[in-house]
Amino acid sequence: MGRAPQHMPGTVWTYLFLSVVIAFSAFPLYWMFVIATNTDEALAQIPPQVLPGGQLVTNLREVFSMQDVFFLQSLGNSVIVSSVVTASVLFFCALAGFAFAKLRFKGRNALMVMVVLTMTVPNQLGVVALYILMGRMPGEGGWNGTLLAVIVPGLVTAFGVFYMRQFILDAVPDELVEAARMDGASTMRIFWSVVVPAVRPAMAVLGLLTFVATWNEFQWPLITLGGTDYPTSMVALSDLASGNYVLYRRVLAGALVATLPLLVMLFIGGRQIVRGIMEGAVKS
Amino acid sequence: MSTTRAAPTAPRPGQEPGATAERRGRRPEPGGWRTRLYRFDVRYVPYLLIAPFFLLFAVFGLFPIVFNGVVALRHWRLDDPTLTGWAGLENFRRLFTDDDFFNALANTFGIFLLSTVPQLLLALIVASLLNRKLRAQTWFRVGVLLPYITPVTASTLIFSVVFARDTGIANWALSLLGIGETEPIDWRSAKWSSWIAIATMVNWKWIGYNALLYLAAMQSIPRDVYEAAAVDGAGPWRQLWRITVPMIRPVVIFTVVLSTIGGLQLFTEPMLFDANPALGLGGDDGQWQTVAQLIYKVGWRDLNLGYAAAMSWALFLVILLVAAINAVITNRLGGGKR
Repeated sequence: MGRAPQHMPGTVWTYLFLSVVIAFSAFPLYWMFVIATNTDEALAQIPPQVLPGGQLVTNLREVFSMQDVFFLQSLGNSVIVSSVVTASVLFFCALAGFAFAKLRFKGRNALMVMVVLTMTVPNQLGVVALYILMGRMPGEGGWNGTLLAVIVPGLVTAFGVFYMRQFILDAVPDELVEAARMDGASTMRIFWSVVVPAVRPAMAVLGLLTFVATWNEFQWPLITLGGTDYPTSMVALSDLASGNYVLYRRVLAGALVATLPLLVMLFIGGRQIVRGIMEGAVKS
Repeated sequence: MSTTRAAPTAPRPGQEPGATAERRGRRPEPGGWRTRLYRFDVRYVPYLLIAPFFLLFAVFGLFPIVFNGVVALRHWRLDDPTLTGWAGLENFRRLFTDDDFFNALANTFGIFLLSTVPQLLLALIVASLLNRKLRAQTWFRVGVLLPYITPVTASTLIFSVVFARDTGIANWALSLLGIGETEPIDWRSAKWSSWIAIATMVNWKWIGYNALLYLAAMQSIPRDVYEAAAVDGAGPWRQLWRITVPMIRPVVIFTVVLSTIGGLQLFTEPMLFDANPALGLGGDDGQWQTVAQLIYKVGWRDLNLGYAAAMSWALFLVILLVAAINAVITNRLGGGKR
């Protein structure tokens, strides 16, 4: 589709309003930093302390040494879960997207409609049954309480298949696939040598979105990993905020650490993430 | 990227695993094993490529939802595995007389309305501003995504502090405006205040994301439509409601359905807004306990999985219904014609 030219230039008010929006968006993150770097006394002040203090290291040390919270392990667990899920989503969704976009097989259209329909199924509503299912998985006591319970349900996403298909439709010309086939390349060979190089940008976007979503997941990890010594960082955060003597400087120091990787990702891949969200919107 | 080079396909003819020799020009000869491999490759490999998705989704996505229906019709207690067997409609019957459930349902709807409506309206305005010719355009777009990438867990804990009664910055800011100077607002004590606090968190998180969805759609509206409207004397507001919204209607419907599904399953914000999150109570009297939270409480605190499953099925049906109604209303609002 031809991209229409953008219309009227922004006025002073446009910039002002948008700046307020950005400030509103950034404020809680700033506030997290303020609290994470201050002492208890500074936080009890009225009017409130509005500047960062020098207590970050102290607060962090407390977070990491807290009993029964396993904060350091939880970060490692989150890295494992998010990385494995992201790699898997990229691989399997690119494969399926390639098949749906460029290969001919019986039932292709019907199956693609099914993929789109599954995008509307709220998985969350199956948590009770998923918990029971995980309890029956092979191994002692099933998979509940292990990282497998969090990883396996995330290994593929319908959105990923849909997204990769859309991109491969445009980015890989049919002629290229035909030519590779004429040269005797197998389907997998075409995938690795023709498709993957052509869709790297889309994979980067899907990877970023998947990583962020997986890292931030809370409900299911809480259900299956809550109360074990194997939490993800989000579950560990909720542990930090539980109990009788909750120290918010400590809680938010932890939250800061758990948010940092995503802020770095936004800083590095912001442009790609924006484009990915916008492209997903127009085509759906 | 991944190191999964050895993919689940038929072995390639004339090529050792890992060999890099080009096989240029080798066409399959009729009748030989190579032809058969070629046929297999063309005919069945596509199914192998899509199989992982469908298998994993069937087992861990679809099956639990269907199985949820079975669990809902049974006794299923975590603390008493012997108490099992068919319960028939007992769990559902109990649902209709359960005050906790209706309280949670009302809270869910209240918070949902307080969050979805302002969220989408503001997103529309932000999008139409982002759609102007701007300096530092990318910077603004990335900026509005800050909340989107922030874990809800983290942002809720931040807002918990912001909405604290005595030392919270929300009350401090309101006192500057002369509100609640003598008696600071206890955000967690009443329904209305806790709903507003939670809706604020939801709005904060999703305005920018929705704005980007709208912006994407707005960029394909031809410029001359606006020019014609401007010539006819339509101001920015009129243009927004009479041109922009009708022309991006599909995306508006999409976001309405999306935020319905998300809003009615609200879990993390109400959980962590509580002083003691693990209980899943949503306030001393359940002022802001949502259905998703109640499901957690019934299932993993009261250990009654059967009843929790019935609740989640009921919620599922409610979501379907509301999403459908919303889609129809939105379609009408946007002009109704195709």
